[in-house]
Amino acid sequence: MTKVNRRVALKVVGTTLGAGAFAQAMAPLREWARDLSLDEFLQRHYRELDKEEMERVLRRLEEETAAEYGRDVHIRDVRPMEDVQFGYALNLSVCIGCRRCAEACHEENNHDRATNNSYIRVLEMDQGSFDLEQGNATYDHEVPAPGKYYLPVQCQQCDNPPCVDVCPVQATWKESDGIVVVDYNWCIGCRYCEAACPYHARRFNWHKPELAPEDINPDQAYLSNRIRPAGVVEKCTFCLHRTREGRLPACLEACPTGARVFGNLLDPDSEIRWVLENKRVFVLKEELGTRPRFFYFFDE
Amino acid sequence: MQELGAAPGLPSGRVIIDGSRLGGVPSGQLDALGRPRRVACVSCHAQRSATSLPDAAGELREFHAGLTVRHGELHCSSCHDDERTHELRLASGEVLPGSEALQLCAQCHGPQTRDYRRGSHGGMRGYWDLSRGERRRNHCVDCHDPHEPAYRGGHPVHPPRDRFLSEPTHAPEAPHD
Repeated sequence: MTKVNRRVALKVVGTTLGAGAFAQAMAPLREWARDLSLDEFLQRHYRELDKEEMERVLRRLEEETAAEYGRDVHIRDVRPMEDVQFGYALNLSVCIGCRRCAEACHEENNHDRATNNSYIRVLEMDQGSFDLEQGNATYDHEVPAPGKYYLPVQCQQCDNPPCVDVCPVQATWKESDGIVVVDYNWCIGCRYCEAACPYHARRFNWHKPELAPEDINPDQAYLSNRIRPAGVVEKCTFCLHRTREGRLPACLEACPTGARVFGNLLDPDSEIRWVLENKRVFVLKEELGTRPRFFYFFDE
Repeated sequence: MQELGAAPGLPSGRVIIDGSRLGGVPSGQLDALGRPRRVACVSCHAQRSATSLPDAAGELREFHAGLTVRHGELHCSSCHDDERTHELRLASGEVLPGSEALQLCAQCHGPQTRDYRRGSHGGMRGYWDLSRGERRRNHCVDCHDPHEPAYRGGHPVHPPRDRFLSEPTHAPEAPHD
């Protein structure tokens, strides 16, 4: 029988403690495994996925949606179009604050039904005032109300986006057509971007979104309206699953007054270019240097 | 159907403005979807030769009684042809079918017509990229009743819901100051 000397005893105690500490350190992994598959855990960043890996990820997400929400959906990876830079403009002279844009966003982008979440917040403002913090987003009376005007605010798709700068894991970035996107599977939910956005345009999923199967919009894209997991940040993508295929965004189609103008900034004959060249156009919080792609204008 | 493409440099041929609703008046009844059921002008005007148009809607006794007109200083004959009362008439005297009303409105509403042609007035659906698909545009009368054109508002939809108010288990957040 070997003599248990001091050296061996220390080795045994050390190994036991080490193994225990390792198990403890890995405990969150076991916790995660309950709502996170190994594939998802090992998934690489959106911009590092090759075509084959992307395909596998999309099919897995479709299967998960079918299992968790009871609806067969089609999730695509829609890439930017060549020679297209998106721009959006909104006519404050005709917006009546009906919030149909916010409703259309809610339905198009598979938002949580319980919270009425939407990427658009319509602020009721006093005429003559431009203090966004004084805007009322919860008005509940006939519109347009006398002495008020209505300012719908959504992601401004800034060319100098503070939300992108602050992300510690590069889960959000600006695409070549100007849209700021989030890889929902890479986001760690720290909400720095939400705090950095001067337009309050980002939303955080406090809970797993609740949607009835018949309420789900099955036309989905990885970077836009697929159902987001709990604990990640999400934002307006100018409906890239529609607009990158030439269609108008859902909020524009829903607008009953035609206050919204969308198009390609590089096309000199586009409606958006005509507005920028001929109307009194401004951006929100210009002094911050964020250089928004979302413009507001008045009729003369 | 009417196509818009008069302004130089604008894409044409894929932008559709449906003016077919202009060929009639509301019958006072609703269809299965709750929309006003319309009667084509010719249903009556083909049978009955019109007497000359009155100056104001209040003088209408037998037909179109109760019609409200709140549209500037216009008389019936400012827009309707005196003899072919189911058709429209431009200030130049040119007679227009009802479906071409856009041209009639454009006589007075220049800035709105310019904005409309340039895509910054009036709702639309479809494609921003006309090389990929068509775009359907609202007609003037889809939003503005020609006899009472001021746009009517209404009650807003989709109020934001405070997640703390709907979940009493959570303590309300302190206001951010």
